[in-house]
Amino acid sequence: MKKEGIRRIWGDYQKEIADDKYYFVRSCIRQTFFPGSDATFLKILREVLGKDVFEDKNHTTCTGIGYHCEVIPFPTIQTVVARNFALMGEHGYQNYIPSCVTSFGIYCEVLDTWHHFPEEKEKTRNFLREATNREFEEPQNLVHTSDVIYKFRNEIAAKAKYKLVNKDTGKPLKVVDHIGCHYAKIFPSKGVGGAEFPNVLSGLVEAWGGEVVDYPERRHCCGFGFRQYFVQANRGYSIAASKKKFESMEPFKPDLIITNCPGCNYFMDRWQYALAEMEGKTYDEYGYGIPTLSYEEVAGILLGFDPWESGLQMHQVSVNPLLDKIGVEYNPNIKFKGENGQDLGKPESPNVLKFF
Amino acid sequence: MGELFDKLNNDVRFVEGIKGCINCGTCTAICPAAEVYNYEPRSIVNKVQTRDDKTILELLKSETIWYCGECMSCKTRCPRNNAPGLVVQALRGMSIETGNFVESEKGRQMLSLKRMLGDSVLETGYCVHFDHATLHMFPELGPVWQWVRDNRVEVLSKVDANYMGDGPGAIRKIAQENLDELDRIFEVTGANAFFEKIESDSEKKAQELNIEFGEGKESPYFREVYTKNNQEKHVR
Repeated sequence: MKKEGIRRIWGDYQKEIADDKYYFVRSCIRQTFFPGSDATFLKILREVLGKDVFEDKNHTTCTGIGYHCEVIPFPTIQTVVARNFALMGEHGYQNYIPSCVTSFGIYCEVLDTWHHFPEEKEKTRNFLREATNREFEEPQNLVHTSDVIYKFRNEIAAKAKYKLVNKDTGKPLKVVDHIGCHYAKIFPSKGVGGAEFPNVLSGLVEAWGGEVVDYPERRHCCGFGFRQYFVQANRGYSIAASKKKFESMEPFKPDLIITNCPGCNYFMDRWQYALAEMEGKTYDEYGYGIPTLSYEEVAGILLGFDPWESGLQMHQVSVNPLLDKIGVEYNPNIKFKGENGQDLGKPESPNVLKFF
Repeated sequence: MGELFDKLNNDVRFVEGIKGCINCGTCTAICPAAEVYNYEPRSIVNKVQTRDDKTILELLKSETIWYCGECMSCKTRCPRNNAPGLVVQALRGMSIETGNFVESEKGRQMLSLKRMLGDSVLETGYCVHFDHATLHMFPELGPVWQWVRDNRVEVLSKVDANYMGDGPGAIRKIAQENLDELDRIFEVTGANAFFEKIESDSEKKAQELNIEFGEGKESPYFREVYTKNNQEKHVR
């Protein structure tokens, strides 16, 4: 589609994103597999942008993964969501920012349900009262953490030390954007740019100097599929979906995949490793794979944060080739060292994917 | 109308998910599950629209309703604003409530999901917890993950996580009073009873199949439902 057409569609899908005083809610998958990504987000918000972000030790999982695996009944997840809203209110915040895309979809679904079925909200209120003696109000503003980075993309660009540009050729890096399905496919009006032409990541790429790759399977699911990943017997579903995407993007020679969903970030990183082991195939020219990073990890690199304090060593696809292309000043020798330089050994090298 | 159809209508997700299907097949064309499984979301909606209890009961016992990945791409693209994914969610819930989930290979996987995710929420406050993410369960985590696990204290501290610590932070220990609140929520909203039903119906099925049931994630029945893949039956 021509850019003018896409921009017109984006105009229909703009949403309000609060500019300060955020209640931050962590993702199970993000904090488990990429905890440095969370730390990087908070550092950007607090130290670079000077925002007030509250972290609550008492919030729990929203139970969304369990819900989408049919383990958690709908009344239960509604009440857990209500508890997290209650905690936000108790601390005096109204702007709720989950870092998980599954959670974001859950919060949107619950609020939409309460809007269309007010009796569900009343039932939830009673359940929460009976179980915890807490009361809740709906957030005044509910957005995903990638929306917040989108809102401040130009401020970040202005303070960035690097751009998404190849230092040797001066050309923009080619970046694949992958949006988590539950960011906007359930409720297109809740995503920046809608579901068909979401702008939440492509807007970042453009603001930070990169070139967005448009490829045939751009909107296809990464293949998480909840039970289709968690149960080992079903995992072929998951890896097949990612493979379809990699094959579709490969001819465009992307330098980077940027994601906004913790699960997608995990799958598009780890399935490249698994496909290399299974089929001897990598999807870049040099055998390293395509680095797959979250939006805050990319922002951290461009702002000059230490890549290893941002946890980029926890990716199975090596990030070093990307850092080298951008021209980031970093020390590859401390990638696998501890906080105080302790020798922690090194991960075993994969059989196919180049890692060192 | 049938009793099962009426019961489905008590689930607001079902009410939201089906507003009159015109059988265009868009949902099936874009469905990631339909690419790998012998699966058509259109066909599920079609069957439900018959409002016939016998047809719906067949669905509750079938493999078909367990193929969906709940990506909800169908919701975006349906020209009538239906959501076959929501219909599937309602059918799956009813399959468990009526005990029919144990009649299919994919439905029987509920026992593993309950023990992996449901128990994790009540024990840790997380659906997915660092300590449960092992290469034994998830080999694709790769060698870098083994290195992270082997050096968890040092690596997680370097990236500013608060592994199993008090207070806020990534991978923090969620305090017992919060877990107690979750447990009470699970009790009053029926999740604990739902868990017990998954366990007890699965135990009966294990006896019928002559497989030792047991507890935890290493029991013979858990391993059976977690790994068994009668692929020829499921794929296109």
